[in-house]
Amino acid sequence: MRRATILLGLALLVWIGWRQIDDATPGGERQLDAQTGVLHRGNGPELESMDPQIARSDSSGAILRDLFEGLTRLSPEGQVIPGAASGWDVSEDRKIYLFHLRPEARWSNNEPLTADDFVFSMRRLVAPDTAAAFAFFLNPVVNAAEIIAGDKAAETLAVKAINEHTLEITLNAPTPYLPGVLTHPATFPVHRASLAKHGRRFTRPGNLISNGAYVLTEAVTGSRYSIRKNGYYWDAVNTSIEQVVYHQIVDQNAELARFRSAELDITYTVPNNQFVLAKENYPQQLKVSPQLTTYYYGFNLRRPPFAGQPGLRRALSMIVDRDLLANSILTAGQLPANGWVPPGVANYTAVEPEWASWTMEQRLAEARRLYHEAGYSDEQPLEVEIRFNSADIHRSIAVAISSIWRDTLGARVSLLNEEFQVLLQDMRNGNADVFRSSWVADYDDAYTFLEVLHTDAAANFTGYHNEQYDALLEQAAMTPDVDQRKATLRKAESIMLKDQPLMPIYFYVNKRMVSSRVDGWKNNSLNIHYSQDLSLHSAAKSD
Amino acid sequence: MLAFTLKRLLSAIPTLLLVIATAFFLIRIAPGGPFDSERNLPADIRANIERSYHLDQPLVQQFGNYLQGIVKGDFGPSYHYLDRDVSELIAESFPVSLQLGLAALALSLMVGIGAGTLAALRHHRLADHALMGLAMTGISIPNFVLAPLLVLIFAVHLHWLPAGGWGGLSGMVLPTIALALPQVAYIARLTRASLLDVLGSDFLRTARAKGLTESQAVMRHAMKPTLLPVVSYLGPATAALLTGSVVIEQIFQIPGLGRYFVTGALNRDYTLVMGVVIFYGTLIILMNLVVDLLYAWLDPRTRQ
Repeated sequence: MRRATILLGLALLVWIGWRQIDDATPGGERQLDAQTGVLHRGNGPELESMDPQIARSDSSGAILRDLFEGLTRLSPEGQVIPGAASGWDVSEDRKIYLFHLRPEARWSNNEPLTADDFVFSMRRLVAPDTAAAFAFFLNPVVNAAEIIAGDKAAETLAVKAINEHTLEITLNAPTPYLPGVLTHPATFPVHRASLAKHGRRFTRPGNLISNGAYVLTEAVTGSRYSIRKNGYYWDAVNTSIEQVVYHQIVDQNAELARFRSAELDITYTVPNNQFVLAKENYPQQLKVSPQLTTYYYGFNLRRPPFAGQPGLRRALSMIVDRDLLANSILTAGQLPANGWVPPGVANYTAVEPEWASWTMEQRLAEARRLYHEAGYSDEQPLEVEIRFNSADIHRSIAVAISSIWRDTLGARVSLLNEEFQVLLQDMRNGNADVFRSSWVADYDDAYTFLEVLHTDAAANFTGYHNEQYDALLEQAAMTPDVDQRKATLRKAESIMLKDQPLMPIYFYVNKRMVSSRVDGWKNNSLNIHYSQDLSLHSAAKSD
Repeated sequence: MLAFTLKRLLSAIPTLLLVIATAFFLIRIAPGGPFDSERNLPADIRANIERSYHLDQPLVQQFGNYLQGIVKGDFGPSYHYLDRDVSELIAESFPVSLQLGLAALALSLMVGIGAGTLAALRHHRLADHALMGLAMTGISIPNFVLAPLLVLIFAVHLHWLPAGGWGGLSGMVLPTIALALPQVAYIARLTRASLLDVLGSDFLRTARAKGLTESQAVMRHAMKPTLLPVVSYLGPATAALLTGSVVIEQIFQIPGLGRYFVTGALNRDYTLVMGVVIFYGTLIILMNLVVDLLYAWLDPRTRQ
C-alpha cells in the first residue's frame, strides 16, 4: 500500500514536471517571442530601485528611461531632443528656461501630464528627506543647493508651473548643459497620487504609473524586469516593440553565453577576456563605440611624495606609453588618454599636454631631468605604492605601469590589490599614494569632467587645489557664449594637465552584442539606447 | 521527544544572539559603506542619506534598534535595493533557493544511494570501479568549473536547455545537476562503505540463513542501518547545498537567496547581510534538529 502511494506520487510529480518542460522549452519560447515581438536585453549587475529620484545605477536608468519620459530625451545618436516637452525658450541672459509640455502627454492611467508634476518631482529630488544621491544634478537651479543643505524649504526651488503646460526653470548661471541634465532619470516626473497612496511601494508592478513608452509589468529583484508598451504614451504609434524583458546578469561571461544560446538580443557589455572571440565569431553583432569615461591614476596631493611636486607627477605620467597599453593590454579599441576630457564631447575640443607630441626619447630625457630635480636618484629612489581594486584588467595595467616606472626611472613601486569598497575608503581618507579610478560623464559636456578637480568637489580624491583653475571653472559657468565658455574650459584643462594631479590612461569604449534581428540600433557615446527607438524583425536569429 | 525538541530550541536562542551580534559588528568594521561609489557624494547629500537610514546614530544605539526590530519580525529596509524591505527580499527569494536545494537534495539522494548500493553489491567488479572512479571525479570538480562546462555543452552548442534564468522546469535542470553532482559523489561513497560494512555483519548472515534471497536481505534488513551515516551527513549536506547555491545562483542568474550572501557583502548592504545571516543561522540550527530526530527514528539506541 505504502509503496503504491509513493509510486503514484512520483508519477504525479513527473507528469507535472513534463507539462512545465513543455511550456518552457527554450526553442519554443524564442519562436513565440519572435512572433509577438519581445525584446530581451541584458542589463548588467543588479539594480536597486524603480524610483526615478532614488535610483543610482546605469541598470536602473536603462529601464527608467523606457518607463518614464523627462522634459528632454536623447536621440538614438545621443543628441538631446524634445521629450515630454515639445520645445523650450531660453532668456537672453540664458538663465531662464521655459519648457512647453506636449498637451497630448499622459500618464499610463490616462491622466494628463502637467507642469505641476515636474514641479513636484524636482522638489522631491532636492528635499533632504528624500535622501536622493543625485540631488546635486539640480545645483544649477536657484535655491537647490540651499534646499539640499536643509537651509531652505523645498517650495523655494526655482521651478514653477506658469500654467498647466508651461514650466519655468530659473538658474544661478547660464548652464548650456541643462537640457542634457534633464534627460537623466533623477529629473523624471513621478505620479503624485500613487506615491501618496502606496508610499515606498509605489514602484511595484501594478502600482507604478509612468509617463513613458512602457509600463512595468513584472519585477523580480536581481533577476528580471518586464515592461509592456504604454498605450497612452503620446508617441505610442511609433513604438514598435510590444514587450521588453530586462535580465540582470552579474557575471559577464554568463551573459555572453546567454546571447550565444539566443536567449538575449542585446547584451550589457562584452567581457574583456572574450572580446577576441566575439570579434571573430560575431563581427556583425559586436558593437564598439567610444564612451565618455576616463580611466585614470590619481596622485595623493595631501602628503609626500606627491604634495607640491608637479614636476615629479608629470615625469611619471609622460613616460607611460598609452598607445602600448591600449594596443597590447586593453585590445578592445580603447583610446589612449593623454588628456582628461575624452574626444567627442559636445562643444569642446580635446586638450593634450605638450609632451604628448614628443618622441619617447624626448619624454624620457625630460622625465629623468624632472625626477632628479625632485630630489630622486638611483641611490635615493622614489618609493611609491599603487592601489587598485580587484580585477584582471586593473592588475595588468598596474603591473605594466609599475615596470615602466621601475625600468625607466628606477623607482621602487609596490602594488596593492583591494576590494572596491576598501579602495574607495582609502581614496576618501587619502591613504593611497597612487590609486586607480575612473570618471563617467553625467551629461555630454566638458564641465562634468573638469568640475571633478575643483577644490570643493566631492569626487576630488586627489586633493588638487589650484585657485586659477577654480576661478576659470567658475568663470566658464557664468559665460553665456558657447565659444567663449569652451576657450575658458580648455584653458583650465591645460593648467590642470600641467599640474597633473591625476594621470589619464585611457578612454573607455562601449561594447555590446546586438542580435541581427534588432533594427534601429545606433552607437552613441553615452551608451543609452531607448527600447522605443528599436524594432524587431522576426526572420533572423541572433547567431 | 517533545521535551528534547523544546530544550534544543531554547538552547538555540543564545547561539543566535551571538551570531547576530558578531555579524552586526563585523560588517560595520569592514571598510566602506553602503552609499560609497567612485562618484563621491557631496557632504550635504551624504548627511541626508545617513540621517534617513539612521546611520548617523551611535553604533550601540543602532544595534539596540535593530534587535527591537527583529523581535517584531522586521529586518529593516535594504540599503541597496532602496525600495525593498529585507523581509520581503528573503520571502521572495528563499522559495527559489529552497526549490533548487530540494531538487538537488532529492537528486543526490536518489542517484547517490542507488550508485553506492550498486557499487557495494558489485564489490571489486567493473561497475564498482567505474562508479567510484566517477564519484572521485565528481568530488574533485568544483561546481564553478562544472556549471559553465554544462552551459557550454547543453545551452551554447546543443541548444537543449537555457543557459540561465529561472522559470519552467527546463531552467532548473542544469543548476540542479551542477549543484547536486558533488553531493551525489559523496553520498555514493558513503553508502558503498556503509553497505559493505553491513553486508559482513552477523544479523545479515542470520537473515540469509533463514532463507531470504540476497535482494530480500538487502532491502529488508541492510538498507536501514546502511543509511545511518547518510542521514547524519544530511545536515552538513543541506548546509552545503544552501551555501553551494551561492555560486550556482550567480552563474545561472537564479533569483535565490544565496547570491545575496555575496552581493549583500560587496554592496555593504548591512541590513540584507544581517537578514540573510540570521535566516540561514536559524535554518541550519533547525536542520540539525531535524537530523537528530530522524536519527532517533532510524536508530532506536540513540533514543535513550
